[in-house]
Amino acid sequence: MSALKGPILFGDFMPEAGLARALAMTRGDVISEVRASGLKGRGGAGFLTGMKWNIAAAAQGNRKFVVCNADEGEPGTFKDRVLLASYPDLVFEGMTIAGYAIGAGSGIMYLRGEYGYLLPGLEETLNARRRGRLLGEAVSGKKDFSFDIEIRLGSGAYVCGEETALIESLEGHRGEPRNRPPFPVNTGYLGCPTIVNNVETLALAARVMSEGAEWFKKIGTGKSTGSKLFSVSGDCERPGVYELPMGITIAQLLKEVGGEEAKAVQVGGASGHCVPAAQFSRALAFEDIPTGGSVIVFGKERDMLLAAKNFMEFFAEESCGQCTPCRYGTKVLLEGIEKLESGKCSMTYLKELLALGETMQLASKCGLGQSAPNAFISIAANFKDEVLGRERCFEGRGQ
Amino acid sequence: MFIADQERLSGEIVALAGRYGRDRSALLPILQTVQSRYHHISDYAMQEVASLLNIHPVEVYSVVTFYAFLKARRQGQFVIRLCRTISCDMQGKERVARQLENELGVKFGQTTADGKFTLEWANCLGMCDQGPALLVNDQVFSKVTAEKVHDILEACRRSFSVYASQKEGH
Repeated sequence: MSALKGPILFGDFMPEAGLARALAMTRGDVISEVRASGLKGRGGAGFLTGMKWNIAAAAQGNRKFVVCNADEGEPGTFKDRVLLASYPDLVFEGMTIAGYAIGAGSGIMYLRGEYGYLLPGLEETLNARRRGRLLGEAVSGKKDFSFDIEIRLGSGAYVCGEETALIESLEGHRGEPRNRPPFPVNTGYLGCPTIVNNVETLALAARVMSEGAEWFKKIGTGKSTGSKLFSVSGDCERPGVYELPMGITIAQLLKEVGGEEAKAVQVGGASGHCVPAAQFSRALAFEDIPTGGSVIVFGKERDMLLAAKNFMEFFAEESCGQCTPCRYGTKVLLEGIEKLESGKCSMTYLKELLALGETMQLASKCGLGQSAPNAFISIAANFKDEVLGRERCFEGRGQ
Repeated sequence: MFIADQERLSGEIVALAGRYGRDRSALLPILQTVQSRYHHISDYAMQEVASLLNIHPVEVYSVVTFYAFLKARRQGQFVIRLCRTISCDMQGKERVARQLENELGVKFGQTTADGKFTLEWANCLGMCDQGPALLVNDQVFSKVTAEKVHDILEACRRSFSVYASQKEGH
């Protein structure tokens, strides 16, 4: 794995400097600072963090909650695991700052069940913070601010990474996404105003508060400020987590990780897009290719249809089954991919599959169903010669 | 189940409700603990939890059947979950899968006759840079090879089998 170094998160910094500076400011000024930094949500959707905090701060409610979304389930993503293992204090610091900013008394970290082995270390970190008065009554001596954090485990459901499904799960229900609006910032956990932020977003918010918005904006591009953690896996020499400025091109990233020979890169995990070599000059940023940071590198020998099949198997399995386009669409697309694999799919039928994919993008209830066809559509568009007219074989295994 | 066992289970569930509360939001933490202690959540356990939280048992059943890590059917003492998602797939999870089946004599989704091991697929475990990866209960193993599979299983067996620990001396 790569050694951890980077400009914002994987650098040298004063622990708790962000929290100290935030607590010396008014709540409104903290939110203004985060807004001014241009920080956008690092889970992939890219909503302005400062705006989210602002709405939750303005929302009416006796209780408010800060939820850290540590349900990192997107295939090819593991940056939050590294962040939680190496910089847990920074994440909790960010949650505490968020709690102060919106006027919340409780924070909840929703940690995916698969990361259960991180739980003892995280609990220990929380206890140390309580002993150091960084959590509990009157945080750091600030009289009117009390805040504590509890960790709740997931139980192996990818869809719970969707914020409303996550809240359903916290409330003890099946992890089925809700209709939005109302958004969690108004009606969230237990009906209270709730912000749900990604692990990386909260860590970055702590760094913004420590160094200031102007410093943060110097890194990245105008529309995508700051750095991004990239989880790189697949056919490259140095897989691992990289902190790089927003706006870096795929070619630059591949050079960094030793994957220049790639014929395609899947950006954004199973729900992302497959980018062929011809487009490696494109930038990883919200204005070009937005991403939660998953980068899977495909070498020359890889069969792209089998990659599409693996992604679709994933979605067919992880669809919560609540809405028809997703529940049924993922199954039909998977059967279609198997038809292609065994060389028995006509162009007419492929077009029908692509049209179904578009229907799913438009008609599915949540991000899972809306993005489930992305990988298949982009692979079918960019690798037609690999997808059509394959050699017929038995058992549907296209080897 | 014997009445004494039922009483013990009920007592444990009452204690868990004392710890996590009797709100609906306590449901998952309670079920997760029952799952890890009993390797499944029995009909009886579901009814007990339901009555304590004052919800219909079907609500509990619907939650148990939704989450991959909660099971109504009894699982082995060691649940082995091999990641089948893309990066682990590209790094050779198929050979590891075959070897696991060979060593345990069961297919994926099955439990060994002695009730010790359950073999399951998992979706992305977040170890994509170190695949193939698998979980044994809560513990993660990365860069697993077909050869390493045997060692991982032996380490599990050492916790219950005298024979395995004697063989270790050879």
